Amino acid sequence: MLRYVAMRLLWMIPMLLFISALIFAIIQLPPGDYLTTQVFELEQQGQAGAQAKAQFLRKEYNLDRPLHEQYLIWLGLMEGSRGYSGLLQGDWGQSFEFQKPVADIVAHAIGPTIAINALAVLVIYFVAVPLGVLAAVRKNSVIDGTISTLIYVAMAIPGFLLALLLLYYANRVFGLGIGGLMDPQYENAPWSWEKLGSIVSHMIIPVLVIAAGAAAAMTRRMRANLLDELEKPYVAAARARGLSETKVIWKYPVRMAFSPFIADIGDLLPGLVSGSVIVSVVLSLPAVGPILVRALQSQDVYLASFIMLFVAILTVIGMLISDLLLAWLDPRIRLGQGARR
Amino acid sequence: MTDAAARQTSRYVSQAPFQPEDDDAANVPNPPNFMARLRAQRLAYLAFGVLLTLYAMLPFIEFLAPYDSETRNPDAIYAPPQSVRLFHDGEFRGPFVYGYSARVNEETFKREFTIDKTKVQPLRFFCAGEAYHFLGFIPANTRLICAAPGESLFLLGSDRLGRDVLSRVLYGGRVSLTIGLFGVTISLVLGVFFGVLAGYVGGWVDTVILRIIETLRSLPELPIWMALAAALPAAWSPLWIYFGITLILGLLDWPGLARAVRARVLALREEEFAIAARLMGASPARIMTLHMAPNFMSHLIASATLAVPAMILGETALSFLGLGLKPPVTSWGVMLNEAQNLAVLEVYPWLLTPLIPVVVVVLAFNLLGDGLRDAADPFSR
Repeated sequence: MLRYVAMRLLWMIPMLLFISALIFAIIQLPPGDYLTTQVFELEQQGQAGAQAKAQFLRKEYNLDRPLHEQYLIWLGLMEGSRGYSGLLQGDWGQSFEFQKPVADIVAHAIGPTIAINALAVLVIYFVAVPLGVLAAVRKNSVIDGTISTLIYVAMAIPGFLLALLLLYYANRVFGLGIGGLMDPQYENAPWSWEKLGSIVSHMIIPVLVIAAGAAAAMTRRMRANLLDELEKPYVAAARARGLSETKVIWKYPVRMAFSPFIADIGDLLPGLVSGSVIVSVVLSLPAVGPILVRALQSQDVYLASFIMLFVAILTVIGMLISDLLLAWLDPRIRLGQGARR
Repeated sequence: MTDAAARQTSRYVSQAPFQPEDDDAANVPNPPNFMARLRAQRLAYLAFGVLLTLYAMLPFIEFLAPYDSETRNPDAIYAPPQSVRLFHDGEFRGPFVYGYSARVNEETFKREFTIDKTKVQPLRFFCAGEAYHFLGFIPANTRLICAAPGESLFLLGSDRLGRDVLSRVLYGGRVSLTIGLFGVTISLVLGVFFGVLAGYVGGWVDTVILRIIETLRSLPELPIWMALAAALPAAWSPLWIYFGITLILGLLDWPGLARAVRARVLALREEEFAIAARLMGASPARIMTLHMAPNFMSHLIASATLAVPAMILGETALSFLGLGLKPPVTSWGVMLNEAQNLAVLEVYPWLLTPLIPVVVVVLAFNLLGDGLRDAADPFSR
C-alpha cells in the first residue's frame, strides 16, 4: 500500500510537469502578450515613451525570452530577471493586470470560493441521496415521475441562466441581495451579525444554482444504482427475515448504491476551486472563476497559469484520494500489481 | 489454413466457403432488435422525433425565418413580441398581428413600442421576402411568413439593433445544433481509435495511451475550454472560429469514450466468441469490426448521444462568457450573451427566448441518450 502511494506520488511529478507545460503553452498561444495591448492603448492616447516603458517591463517580466525559457523561469529552473525565482522557490509570479503578486489575489478569492462550493456540495448530497432513494423505492409512482421530470429539467437548464432567472425573481419576491458576496455597505465594515446575515442571504442563490445541476445528475444515478441493488436476492432475504422496511432499504442497498460515488469524491477537490466558474461570473462573486476568465481574456499569463495549475494539482491529488478510498472501502479492489482495468 | 488444421485435429472441417445465410445458427430470429427496443421507450422515441424534426429544418431556415439573421430595423428597436390572432372585434380577419405604436419616453428619451390594437396587419404566407440563397447557391426569395406590406413582423420581439429574435433563434439553431454533432463525431473517432488500439494491442501502446487519457482527464474541463477558446486568434474568420470551438469540444471529450471502449475491448477479447474467431484465423480487423464492434457500438452511441447536450451547453456557456463564438455568427449562446444584464432582462424579457430551444434540445438529447442506453443494454435495469 505504502509502495503504491509512493509510486503514484512519483508519477505525479512527470505528469504535473507535462500538464504545467501544456497549460503554459496554451495560455501563451494567442499572438502578442499582455503588454502589446497596453502599449497599443498608450500609443493611441499619444503617450510618448510607451515603447521604452514596455521594453523595460518586458525585460522585468521576462517576456523578451523565448517561450521555453519563460516556462523554465516560471518554474524556477532558470535564471530570470530577478534570479532564480519561480514556483519552486515559492514565488508565484506577478499579475500584470492587478499589479499585485498572484499569491495575494488567489489568497483573497480562495476563501469565498471554497465556502460557496463546499456549501453547494453539502446541499447536493443532502438533496440527491434522499430524493434518489425515494424515487427508487416508489418506482413508477407519481413521486418518481415528478422527481424524474425535475431531474431532466434541472439538467437541461444551463446554470448561468438559472442563476439569472433566480436572481431576478429572488430579488423581486424575497428581496434577496443581487450579485456580489454582501451588500456594498458591509464591504469594509468590521464583522457583525448584520454583515453575516447579508453574506448568508447573498449565498443562497449561488449555492442553489451550483447545486441544482449536479444534484439532478446525482439523484438520477442514485436512483438507477439503488434500483439495481433492490433487485438483488439479499434484499428479499432481509425482508423475509422480517426486518423493518427502513432497515431493509437504508442498511444495505443504499450503502451499496452509494459506493460508486466514492469515485467522485476525488472530483470534489478541484471542484471546490474551479466549480461554478460561470455562475460566479454571472453573479459577480469574488471567487476564483471570474478572475481566471479575466486573466485568460487579457493574457495575464502568470495569474492564469497558476490558477489552472493549482486546479490541475488538486485534480491529480483528488484522483489519488478516490482510488485509495475505493480500495480501503472495497477489499475486492487491488491497487498496483498490474491489476489495472 | 483449413487443410492443415483438418489434418492436425483429425476433425471434420467443411471445405465449403462460409456462407452466413446457410448457417442455421445465423437464422435464429434476433432477440427484439435495437430499434424495436428503442421504440418501446416512448419518451426516448418522442425525443428522437423532435430532434429529427429540428435537424431536418436546418437546411430550410432561410425559408422559415421571416428575416435574415442580421437584418436591422432601426425603426423597431426592442419591439415587444406580437402574437398571431384570428379575430378582431369579434370578427374573423384571418391570421393577423396588431401593429406597433412608438412613443418617446420622456424620462429616458428612448423610443418605446407598444402593441396598438387598432392596427390590423394581416400576415402573408409563401410571400416574397428578402432574397437569399437556398442551400447556399440557389437564389430564392420565398419566405413562409411575411409582414403586411411596409410593416414589420416580430413574433418574438426584436433586439437592441432591431433584429428579429425569431429569425435569429432559427439561424442560431444552425450553429448550436451542429456544433454538438461535429464535436461528438471528432470525439467518437478519436475515442474509438485510441480505445481499440489500447485495448487490442496492449503492451506499451496501452500504457502510453492510458497515461495520455489520465493526463487529459486530470485537466479541469471548463478552464481548459476557456483557455483554448481564448487562444483562438481574433483574426480568424467566424467559420474558422466555429471549427476551432468544435475541435476544442471534441478534443477534450474523447478520453472518456476511449476509456470505455478500451475496457469493453479488454473484456470482449477474452470472450469465447472472440477467441474462437481468432483461432479460426480471422484477422484482427475482422474480429474488431464484425465480432466486437456490434457488442460495444450501441453502448457507445448511447454515451455519444449523452455527450451532445454537454457540448451544446458548453458552446452556450463559452459564447455567453464572450470566449466562444463572436457576434457576426449567430448562435443561441451568442444571443444569450446579450441577455446577461439583469436591467435588460427586466425591461426586455423576450431576449431570453433562446433559452427555450436550448432546454428543449438538451432535454431531448438526454431523454434519447437514456433510452438508447437502456435499449443497448437490456440487462442494465
